[in-house]
Amino acid sequence: MGQITLKNVTKSFGGTTVIPNINLEIEDGEFVVFVGPSGCGKSTLLRLIAGLEDMSGGTILIDGRDVTREAPAKRKLAMVFQSYALYPHMTVAKNIAFPLKMAGESPEAIEKKVAEAARVLNLTDYLERRPGQLSGGQRQRVAIGRAIVRQPTAFLFDEPLSNLDAALRGTMRLEISELHNQLKTTMIYVTHDQIEAMTMADKIVVLNAGNIEQVGSPLDLYRAPQNLFVAGFIGSPRMNLIEGALAAKQGAKTIGIRPEHLAVSTTSGEWQAKVGVAEHLGSDTLLHVHSDAVGPLTVRAGGEIGVNHGDTIWLTPDVSKLHRFGPDGKALK
Amino acid sequence: MARTVSTQSRIGWTIVAWAAALLIFFPILYTVITSLKTEPEAIAGFSLIPSFTFENYVEVQTQRDYFRPFMNSVIIAVGSTLLGIIIAVPAAWSMAFSPTRRTKDVLMWMLSTKMMPAAAVLVPIYLIFRDFGLLDSRLGLTFMLMLINLPIVVWMLYTYFREIPGEILEAARMDGASLWGEIWHVLTPMAVPGIASTMLLNIILAWNEAFWTIRLTTTNAAPLTAFIASFSSPQGLFWAKLSAASTLAIAPILIMGWFSQRQLVRGLTFGAVK
Repeated sequence: MGQITLKNVTKSFGGTTVIPNINLEIEDGEFVVFVGPSGCGKSTLLRLIAGLEDMSGGTILIDGRDVTREAPAKRKLAMVFQSYALYPHMTVAKNIAFPLKMAGESPEAIEKKVAEAARVLNLTDYLERRPGQLSGGQRQRVAIGRAIVRQPTAFLFDEPLSNLDAALRGTMRLEISELHNQLKTTMIYVTHDQIEAMTMADKIVVLNAGNIEQVGSPLDLYRAPQNLFVAGFIGSPRMNLIEGALAAKQGAKTIGIRPEHLAVSTTSGEWQAKVGVAEHLGSDTLLHVHSDAVGPLTVRAGGEIGVNHGDTIWLTPDVSKLHRFGPDGKALK
Repeated sequence: MARTVSTQSRIGWTIVAWAAALLIFFPILYTVITSLKTEPEAIAGFSLIPSFTFENYVEVQTQRDYFRPFMNSVIIAVGSTLLGIIIAVPAAWSMAFSPTRRTKDVLMWMLSTKMMPAAAVLVPIYLIFRDFGLLDSRLGLTFMLMLINLPIVVWMLYTYFREIPGEILEAARMDGASLWGEIWHVLTPMAVPGIASTMLLNIILAWNEAFWTIRLTTTNAAPLTAFIASFSSPQGLFWAKLSAASTLAIAPILIMGWFSQRQLVRGLTFGAVK
């Protein structure tokens, strides 16, 4: 069981309030991702759940039990840190065994559990090495192994892939997702990378300045952002946001259209635009254009389009995919 | 691009470096040379050529007991160091990992006590030692030397502990380690180089301390510093014997320092460059 409930959780550091008031339900077995820009409070919220920071107000319940005042170890949570936080003076085996040793388990039980975790994570050949002798990906697996052996109620990941190169990040993303499918344990994952959020999460919590902007599945957030912040944050490249007369025509303060919902033509269309930068990715073409009618836009076209800097193109928006936002930044129905 | 240095310049700076090193080492060198002279030779005047006699060392050992003050120095230096580390580790941990607004002020205040002249508190300390029966006792001196070096020990450990990533201790906390478990299983093993060099420095400071060791002891607990001072008599200073006694007093610490110089240098410069 790994149901976690946050009720009116607040956190201040001295006179600065970083988390004004958060209410959130995390169901047992869910993979929840906290995503947001730097300084939005996502790591702070994770640390409050872990018990590494004291809350200024509110309660945290784990499986109905109030753990607000409980020490981290008593909450039966396991955490994987951004810097792995492995014990450099211990071997891989001792690192993984450490929580079991602290729990007072017998040496035989410890050996068995360590061997099993090593097998699951392909670390069996590295058990006698020290962290300094491992690659980044191996260290990350040791950190995960140390978390797994505790058989926690939930796993907490604090930007675990941000220190890895792009290729390794992709591989580890898959491994963590597979681990979740295998263990079916609740996982709370903090990242500023929305690709990780979109690909891994059952549920995304978008945070901004300590407030929850929106909670929902990745596609819900992508297709129906509830406000300008979520609309601009989720999706890469960013959603094009247009104000002025064009927005007013749609009855909104701001309208948004995703780059892939603008049809590109070299002959005719609704908006004429000049290409500033063309990014040819092979599978897609990203065009950064400027239109007199609309302003700067980013367009994603499938496949290879042979346009370059200085070329004139025509764009036609898919009106059914238009997003409308009011003066308060909230989405209009 | 690397700076090019001419051969002439390099030779010149090498000579300067050797000259500076010789200048710094010269007092010790001359003490050893004087210890190998006869007493008349020693008071005759400046001379770098001794007659290579060991009579002074024999006399220092036979006429005055060298062994007891030597053992006192060892016990007091090592004892005060161990006691200091036991007290300083939790203090430095608290300052490094649970700092408050006042932490830096407390640290500065502790270090400021080293700036106070010892003579200012000689009388009250002497009276306290007298009233508690601690005069001329190893226990009293161990405690005293621990206290006077404690600010430096705390400060050095504080700078080492600050270099240890806090996340590793948080990981230990998440893994179920208690506070003492964190310190014992994780912090101390990681900080061993820092703790070792702090202990080395403390042993040197305690071994060389001459103000309190002379004033708070007479015979029983007198360490080597008091032993050397005792060679001044109403008849005058016995230079050659004094030099032999001094050489015997500083030899252990010189040898220890020589073998642990890498640790010492590392310890004193740790954290200067990331």
